[in-house]
Amino acid sequence: MREEVIVRVGAKVLAPFIITFGLYVHFHGDYSPGGGFQAGVILAAAIALLALVYGLDAVQRVVTPRFVRACAALGVIIFAGVGVVTMILGHNYLGYNALAHDPKHGQHYGILGVELGVLVTVFGVMVSVFYLFAGRRGRTQ
Amino acid sequence: MSAHLPVLQVVVPLLAAPFCLFLRRGRAAWGLAVLASLASWVIALALLRRVLAEGVLSYAIGDWVPPIGIEYRVDVVNAWVLLIVSTIGAAVSLYAGTSVEREVEAPRIPLFYAAYLLCLSGLLGITITGDVFNVFVFLEISSLSAYALIALGQARRALTSAFRYLIMGSVGATFIVIGIGLLYVMTGTLNMADLAQLLPGVWDSNTVKVAYGFLAVGFCLKLALFPLHLWLPNAYTYAPSAVTAFMASTATKVAVYMLLRFFLSIFGAPFSFGVMALDRVLLPLALVAIVSMSLVAVFQVNAKRLLAYSSVAQIGYMILGLSFATATGLTATVLHLFNHALMKGALFMALGCVMYRVGSVHINAMAGLGRRMPWTMGAFVVGGLSLVGVPLTVGFVSKWYLILAALERGWWPVAVLVLLASLLALVYVWRVVEVAYFREFPGEEETREAPWTLLGPTWALVALNLYFGIDAARTADIARRAAEVLMAGIGS
Amino acid sequence: MSLDLLVSHYNYWVVIFLMMVGFYILISRGNLIKKIVGLNVFQTSVFMLYISMSKVSAGTPPILVDPYGEADVLFSNPLPHVLILTAIVVGIATTSVGLALAVRIKEAYGTIEEDEINAIEARTEATG
Repeated sequence: MREEVIVRVGAKVLAPFIITFGLYVHFHGDYSPGGGFQAGVILAAAIALLALVYGLDAVQRVVTPRFVRACAALGVIIFAGVGVVTMILGHNYLGYNALAHDPKHGQHYGILGVELGVLVTVFGVMVSVFYLFAGRRGRTQ
Repeated sequence: MSAHLPVLQVVVPLLAAPFCLFLRRGRAAWGLAVLASLASWVIALALLRRVLAEGVLSYAIGDWVPPIGIEYRVDVVNAWVLLIVSTIGAAVSLYAGTSVEREVEAPRIPLFYAAYLLCLSGLLGITITGDVFNVFVFLEISSLSAYALIALGQARRALTSAFRYLIMGSVGATFIVIGIGLLYVMTGTLNMADLAQLLPGVWDSNTVKVAYGFLAVGFCLKLALFPLHLWLPNAYTYAPSAVTAFMASTATKVAVYMLLRFFLSIFGAPFSFGVMALDRVLLPLALVAIVSMSLVAVFQVNAKRLLAYSSVAQIGYMILGLSFATATGLTATVLHLFNHALMKGALFMALGCVMYRVGSVHINAMAGLGRRMPWTMGAFVVGGLSLVGVPLTVGFVSKWYLILAALERGWWPVAVLVLLASLLALVYVWRVVEVAYFREFPGEEETREAPWTLLGPTWALVALNLYFGIDAARTADIARRAAEVLMAGIGS
Repeated sequence: MSLDLLVSHYNYWVVIFLMMVGFYILISRGNLIKKIVGLNVFQTSVFMLYISMSKVSAGTPPILVDPYGEADVLFSNPLPHVLILTAIVVGIATTSVGLALAVRIKEAYGTIEEDEINAIEARTEATG
């Protein structure tokens, strides 16, 4: 596939749009269909597309395996961290109302924060899974 | 801060797990895991104290009032199970430092601790939550990390046993979700206390009975009740020693807790024993498990597998207590949850010490170890005596209550069977002891005692075995209160 | 059993069919990958069960038309959808762990057929 001009150019053109769409799905996830999980999968799909067209090595130079593994851990920390912040602010765990004076805004920020954690983790895990399976060089005995 | 204890119980290990991934060095990840496990042990102790003093604690996640939001609900029963899980968690995390360095490749050690903490927080989450779907989510968190932990074993058979556990465990979990879904259809709620109030109104419906059946099979797969135990022996045999000690003393206990919680607290004892005849279904399975698995254990040549089969038999004792359908029987079950965790933890840890020095847990490889590793084999002997049920050990207390419950129902053949099975336990424990103490050490090379970092946690559990075997008043009192709460149902 | 029951509860028949197909694959196939596929089909049947039971006839998808939900619209029950989103994530995780194990089993044993693995294990047990 690496020689196909149309595929290479097409992937290059599509990838930024896929990533933008993923972020759109994330930031509109609180009042319309979407959210961190879907967004994370879409972002990971962009990486997978690029890796299929340009080769795994080229993509791993930009999005390193260490980075995606860190993402997978970081998302959990963001998610649980939002809960801890609300707890420090005097509310229950994940009580988003603590995050702003107006409960509606509090819920809004809370959901976005938590979903950001989901986005980062899902992106990290999906890309790691892809890397791990794609990077295997048939080491059979 | 003390108001947040119920959620901190789960959040502390859950939050520590991703940080382990950022730590490159195995020692640092180990330190974090120890800190988190000890913290959750302290939290569990504090929770138990508060529950004993003040009664049920309820915590609304996200300020959503139950039954709308997810509720963490702590009563005597799950405070007790939380203490069991976190005690073993703390002991195993201390023990793991040295043991895991030997048995797991260095780059994987931070991953090991991340998976270990996730497994711990999953088990604690199952126990503490008051929301039935949340039970499934935590169940999968603990199971998925358990598959990964088992697959870290040295032998390649660790992979196949982890795979088999994955298939059977996922089927079990899916059965549980089906059951939960059917309950939701009938009642429109997922909160345990709310379900307990709404279910008596729909007892007659076949949907509820089908849900009950799905849940029963799912739980029995997870707790490895004979004949659904096939995943267990290999998984315990080939997992790293620390993982075996942890899983054997916590995972099946939590599954038994789920069974008690769903069938007694939510469905209620009148429905389980009166309508569904749970006791009559479980009694023969429990008896067959006790006798047949003890017999199978007698003929094993691998000490770890021997203890794994013994675990299936011991699970039979727990289910036997439940199938008496009396408060005394349940007291025996709840007590045995704790006591079995202590004895199996100590035994598997002692085997881990053998693994560390000898590199094998084959019975023949343990020849002469009684002289070479006196403390390790001493721990094994005390744990083994506890398994048999000798007075002054916790095993005796469990057996005492079981036989008391059997005689209370007038089922003296069952009592005789329990005593006979104890003799079988004596046989299989003796096989190891005989080889270790009465055979010559074959090797020329110097095999020394295991390091104190392994012996310390092992002997801590051994000491608890003896302490609660001599002074059983407090554990028995808590178990009795837990049994009363279970018999009464969650609503009251 | 009347035809009416058959037709009006068709979603449950689909669920039962999928469940049995998945379970059959899981039990009867020795290939580890096929087992995972069977497990997936089995889990999918549960997703169907939850989603179809939460459908309210003539209800819209559970999407708020105005931000704070003040309009009076009949919509399907969103809770089971959310629950199943969680279950789907769990299913993905289970699948990837299962596939990862299958890859490593292939590397360690050179096969992913259960009977061949059992034969290898029995042989190593006998010799050592």
